[in-house]
Amino acid sequence: MPETKTKPKKTVTWVEEPEMGFWESTFVPAIMKGLKTTLKHVTDRKTVTQQYPEVKPDLPLHYRGVHRLNRDEKDRVKCVACMMCATACPANCISIEAQAAPPDWPDRDKFPKSFVLDELRCIYCGMCEEACPVDAIELTHIYDLTGETRESLMYDREKLLGVYDQTKDNPRDPVRTKRGILGPAAEFSSLPTLGPATVVPDSDRSAKNATAGVIHSSQESRS
Amino acid sequence: MPEILITLLTIGVVVAAIPGVCNYLILLERKLSAWMQDRIGPNRVGPMGLFQPLADGIKLLLKEDVIPPHVDKVLFLIAPAISVFTAMLAFAVVPFGPVNDPTMPSFIRFIIAPGIDIGVLFIFAIGSLGVYGVVLGGWASNNKYSALGAMRASAQVVSYEIPLGMSVLGIALLSGTLNLENIMKLQTDGGLLSWNIWFQPLAALMFFTASLAEANRLPFDLAECEQELIGGWHTEYSALKWALFFLGEYTHMITISFLTSILFLGGWSFPFIAEATSAYPGLWLVKLMILSGKAFFFICLMIMLRWTIPRFRFDQLMELAWKVMIPLSLANLVMVMFYKHFGFSQWWLLVGSMALFGAWGTISARLREAELAERPGYVKRKKIAPAVAHAGHTAHH
Repeated sequence: MPETKTKPKKTVTWVEEPEMGFWESTFVPAIMKGLKTTLKHVTDRKTVTQQYPEVKPDLPLHYRGVHRLNRDEKDRVKCVACMMCATACPANCISIEAQAAPPDWPDRDKFPKSFVLDELRCIYCGMCEEACPVDAIELTHIYDLTGETRESLMYDREKLLGVYDQTKDNPRDPVRTKRGILGPAAEFSSLPTLGPATVVPDSDRSAKNATAGVIHSSQESRS
Repeated sequence: MPEILITLLTIGVVVAAIPGVCNYLILLERKLSAWMQDRIGPNRVGPMGLFQPLADGIKLLLKEDVIPPHVDKVLFLIAPAISVFTAMLAFAVVPFGPVNDPTMPSFIRFIIAPGIDIGVLFIFAIGSLGVYGVVLGGWASNNKYSALGAMRASAQVVSYEIPLGMSVLGIALLSGTLNLENIMKLQTDGGLLSWNIWFQPLAALMFFTASLAEANRLPFDLAECEQELIGGWHTEYSALKWALFFLGEYTHMITISFLTSILFLGGWSFPFIAEATSAYPGLWLVKLMILSGKAFFFICLMIMLRWTIPRFRFDQLMELAWKVMIPLSLANLVMVMFYKHFGFSQWWLLVGSMALFGAWGTISARLREAELAERPGYVKRKKIAPAVAHAGHTAHH
């Protein structure tokens, strides 16, 4: 349509409902057409149903299920207890207790003495995986997570390492780390200063709370 | 065997069979709807889910039967009973197999109350009582959605009662009787070409449509639409009382299907296999199968329609009853009267029905056009396709 280039863009298209002719007004052909369609589906016997417990679904590769803590090649926990995941976590479900690394672990300062992830509280957003500088925490394809008590779903370090042992050979859950090297964040000698990408003036609507006192509860105290 | 024992036996068989048949109709409905939507449907309980109705029945029996504290207890309890009672009572005069067939064993009779001369009238009288179950249930629930559903149901049933009755009046005039057995006999004696569908095709269409509305089946189930009324009149019902309502609805479906087959499709008559002159052993069984098969066809059609057509809006529903079906059925009745009075050939009734159908289409198309033309800023336009193409084009850049 060449004339659309010269004319100003039409944003609103007004659509009148089409007139009903003789056959439409009697409803009969439309009903017959509908019945033909449904009857075709009845008789072709194609199904899209998956018989779930017997047939497991083919999840997309980026599916975010239960977490795991990766091991490095010496079978030590890869986590360096930097708290990035716990900070990034919007659901506040990760609690890490750090301890100084033993002297024979020269490549890091700390390691997690305890690492507890509340799988019931987690919203499976994958922010921890994004935040982790050493690719230690990853989300797997395990989706059928059940437990008999709330405590049994508080995954500690050993359980999360166990998930790694369980899933590391699954081709759908590849270990997404660079072999043997800690992530680039570990190599920074000094971190660049971070600031907001765009300066938001105070008069702007986005600087105000969306709902009073819900999201940025600290804003009043700051200003 | 004395008459009373045969009657008791028939009642026993019917009352025992109907809940089972209804259960399996529900399975059929679930299966058909699943296939229609490219699903499998219930398949876990038994082979192909065949025991699903039993499991459902047991579940409904054992489920907690909640009576909310704010309901009118007496009416709340009596409503589902009325619903089932009227549906089953209407079935009493419907012949569900061959009647007065000499080859049948003497203790088998495929009608509970034979020789009722007011047959059709009885069915309509009892069938329209069924709405009391809905209205009382909705009112006693003391819930605004239930009350709204009940209100809709009563308005709908009262409206559709008229075309339902009037479309059958033509048959009554043609046959000269209201007795269902005699209506069936007139058609079976004449064979395929004396089926009432040839002389009253429009009445058949209207009867079927109106009876869908009577049974509160989709596309006329405004009384219980989930989206607006959270289930309508049975919102507060649970367990067995809820099941009784549905037993009533499905019994209604069975009755309607048998009635449509008997009134319009010649009952057990079928060319070559079961004619008035045919005689071979086991003929009564074949006749039973044919009549049940015809009824089964209509039940399947109802189920198919339910999952094919969207629900009517309430004003459209009322419009269909009052502006289309009542005038048409009246015209159809007048046509039959003319035929009876002047003694034309019966086939003119077919031509007349077609002419009426054409008149219906033309009038409603013109009405629609006039209604559209009254809208402000209406531009007469036949097709909407170019506008859509334009939108897609600009979105691409």
